[in-house]
Amino acid sequence: MPLRIVNVKVNGVDQAFMAKPDTTLLLALREQLGLMGAKRGCAQGACGSCTVLLDGAPVVSCLVPAATIDGAAVATVEGLADGQELNDVQQAFVDGFATQCGFCTPGMIMSAEALLARNPDPTADEVNEAISGNVCRCTGYAPIVSAILEAARRRRDRAGTAEQEATR
Amino acid sequence: MARIDTEYFRDERASDFKVIGTAVQRSDALGHVTGRTEFMEDRTFPNLAHLKIHRSSHHHALINDVDYSEALKVPGVLRVITYKDVPENWYGVLRLIGIGPDDEPVLAEDRVLYKGEPIVAVVADSEAAALEGASKVKVTYTELKAVLDVEEAMLPDTPVFKRAGTNYFVYEGHHARRIRFGDVEAGFAEADHIFEWRYSSAPIEHAPTETTGCIVVPQSGGRLLIHSNTQAAFFTLDNTALTLKRPFTDLQVKGGTVGGGFGGKVDVMVEPLACIAAAMTNRPVKFVYSREEEMQVSSPRAAERIYIKDGVMNDGRIIARKIMLYVDAGAYARHSPYGATKAAAHLPGPYTIPNVYADCHCVYTNRTPSSAMRGFGVTIADFAIESQMDQVARALHIDPLEFRLRNAYRDGDMKAHRKVASGTALIEVIQRTAELVGHELPEEYRAMSSSTPRGAGA
Repeated sequence: MPLRIVNVKVNGVDQAFMAKPDTTLLLALREQLGLMGAKRGCAQGACGSCTVLLDGAPVVSCLVPAATIDGAAVATVEGLADGQELNDVQQAFVDGFATQCGFCTPGMIMSAEALLARNPDPTADEVNEAISGNVCRCTGYAPIVSAILEAARRRRDRAGTAEQEATR
Repeated sequence: MARIDTEYFRDERASDFKVIGTAVQRSDALGHVTGRTEFMEDRTFPNLAHLKIHRSSHHHALINDVDYSEALKVPGVLRVITYKDVPENWYGVLRLIGIGPDDEPVLAEDRVLYKGEPIVAVVADSEAAALEGASKVKVTYTELKAVLDVEEAMLPDTPVFKRAGTNYFVYEGHHARRIRFGDVEAGFAEADHIFEWRYSSAPIEHAPTETTGCIVVPQSGGRLLIHSNTQAAFFTLDNTALTLKRPFTDLQVKGGTVGGGFGGKVDVMVEPLACIAAAMTNRPVKFVYSREEEMQVSSPRAAERIYIKDGVMNDGRIIARKIMLYVDAGAYARHSPYGATKAAAHLPGPYTIPNVYADCHCVYTNRTPSSAMRGFGVTIADFAIESQMDQVARALHIDPLEFRLRNAYRDGDMKAHRKVASGTALIEVIQRTAELVGHELPEEYRAMSSSTPRGAGA
C-alpha cells in the first residue's frame, strides 16, 4: 500500500505523519499524533464523538481519509484551553454540569465551537441543530444546550467589553 | 437547580449538612472538557495485538465442524483461540455470589444458542487482519428450531435446549420466584370486578457511546494488567480469574472511567479472552466491540411479558392481584435471575392488597442474552403495574390519583412479602404531585397520611 506524507497544522502547530489509504483522520490524530480527545464511538460517522474542525468546519474525523487533507488546519479539543485557562465553551460546560460520562464531551464542544464561530448569538433551536450529529447517550442534552448558550453569552459580553475599552 | 423541598420528614433531617443542598463541582469535569480524561482505548502500547470474534450465524444450531485453517493463512494473524484454549470454559457471572449453575461457555463448544454467540477468537497484528481472519473461519452447522417466545419456551412439549434440564432458571427448586400471600382465588370470588391485561416490552440496548472493551498487558512474572471500561472492576477481576483458573492476585484491573454503561458493562464479556490471548502471545491485546457488536450481541435489558389480574371492589379497593411475569433472559442467565427476583420484590407495587399471587419466571430463549440495565426487573414491572392502575381507574370511572391513594400502602401495613411497611411516603408524594400539576384532590384525599393507619378517621 502506498504511504503518503501528510502535512497539517494541528491546533496551530505544524505536524506531519504517514498515512495509508485506510488511515482516517481520527486514527492519525489518536495513533500517530497522540491526541486522544477525539473518540471512536461508532467508526461510521453516526455518533459525533470524533468531531474535530477541519479548516474551521466540523467533520466526523472517522470518515475523513487522512491522505486527502494535506495542507489543512485541524482543531481538536486539546487546543482550546490556554494553559490552565479553559475557554468559554469548556468553562460553561464545567459550570453548567454539562458533562456526565464525558465520552461525547470533546465532540460536543467542537460542534459548539464551529457554531459559535459562524453564529455568535444562536437560538436554542440553532444549538440543537448544531449538535444534532452528536449523541449523548447519558441523555444530558438540556444542560449541554444551556452551556453552549451560556458560552455564547459570555463570549459576546467579553467582545462587547473589549470593544468598549478600545473606543474609550 | 431545583429547589429542595424540606417540608417533608423535616423532623428526620439533619440540619448540619455541608454538601446536600449545595452545588459541588464534579471531580472529573475538567478532564472531560479538555479531552484529558483517559478512557480505556486512549492508552497506546507498542506491539499491540487485536482480537476479533467469529460469531454464530444461527439462533440455535449444532456445530458440526470448525475450520480455521484459512484464518491462520491471513498475513498478520497470530493465533486462533477455541473453547479448548479456555481453562474453565463454562461460567455464570453470578457464581461469585453462589448463584448457578454455570450455564454459558466463553466460546461455543458443540452448539450455539443464539445468533452472534462467540465461537472462535482470532488474534492478529492489526485490527484489519483480525477481522479478515475471523471472517475466514468456516463453521458448518445443523440448524435446530429456535425458541424465540418466553411462553413457548415454558410449554411441556417445547424441546429443552439448556443443559441444566429446563428452559427456565430454577429458584430453590421452583419454576419461578414466587409470592403467595392470602388467598387470591377467594379474593377474585369476592370481588365486584375482575380486570386482566397483558403488558409487554421489547429489549432495550444500552448503546453506550464508548463500546465495551479492554486492553490486557502482560506484566513481568506472568501477571496480567487489564485496562477495562467495565462498570464492575472487582467483579470482572474475580470472574476473569475463575475462567483462567488463576489466582485473583495474578490479575490487576485498572478501570473506573466508563464512557456510558447503564448496566451494559457488567457482564465480563471481553476480559477473559483478551487475557488468554495476551498470555498466549505475550503481547498487549485489545478486544473492543465494534458498534455493530455493541448493538447486536451486548446484552440488552430483557424483554418482559406481564399479565396482571385484579379483583376490585366498587369502592376502588383492590382485594386480589395475580401476576404472571416472564423475563426473557435470552440464551444464558447472566444477571437475569437476579432481575426476575427484583421484579418479585417489587410486586404488587406500593399498594396494600390482602391477596397476592405472583410467579416471576426467568425464561431462556434463543435470543441475545439479556442482563442488567438501570433498575432491571423493576422498571418494566412498574410500567405494567402503573398502566394497570390507570386502566382499572378508567374502567371504574375513578380519578387515577384517587384510585392510587385508596390503595396506597401506609406505615404498619403488612406487605405481600410479609414485611411490615415503614417509611412509606406514596400518599404524600401523590398529594404533592397533584398540587404541582394543578390536579385538585377532594378534601378526603388531601387529609390522608402515610402515618395514619388505613381506615382510621375515615
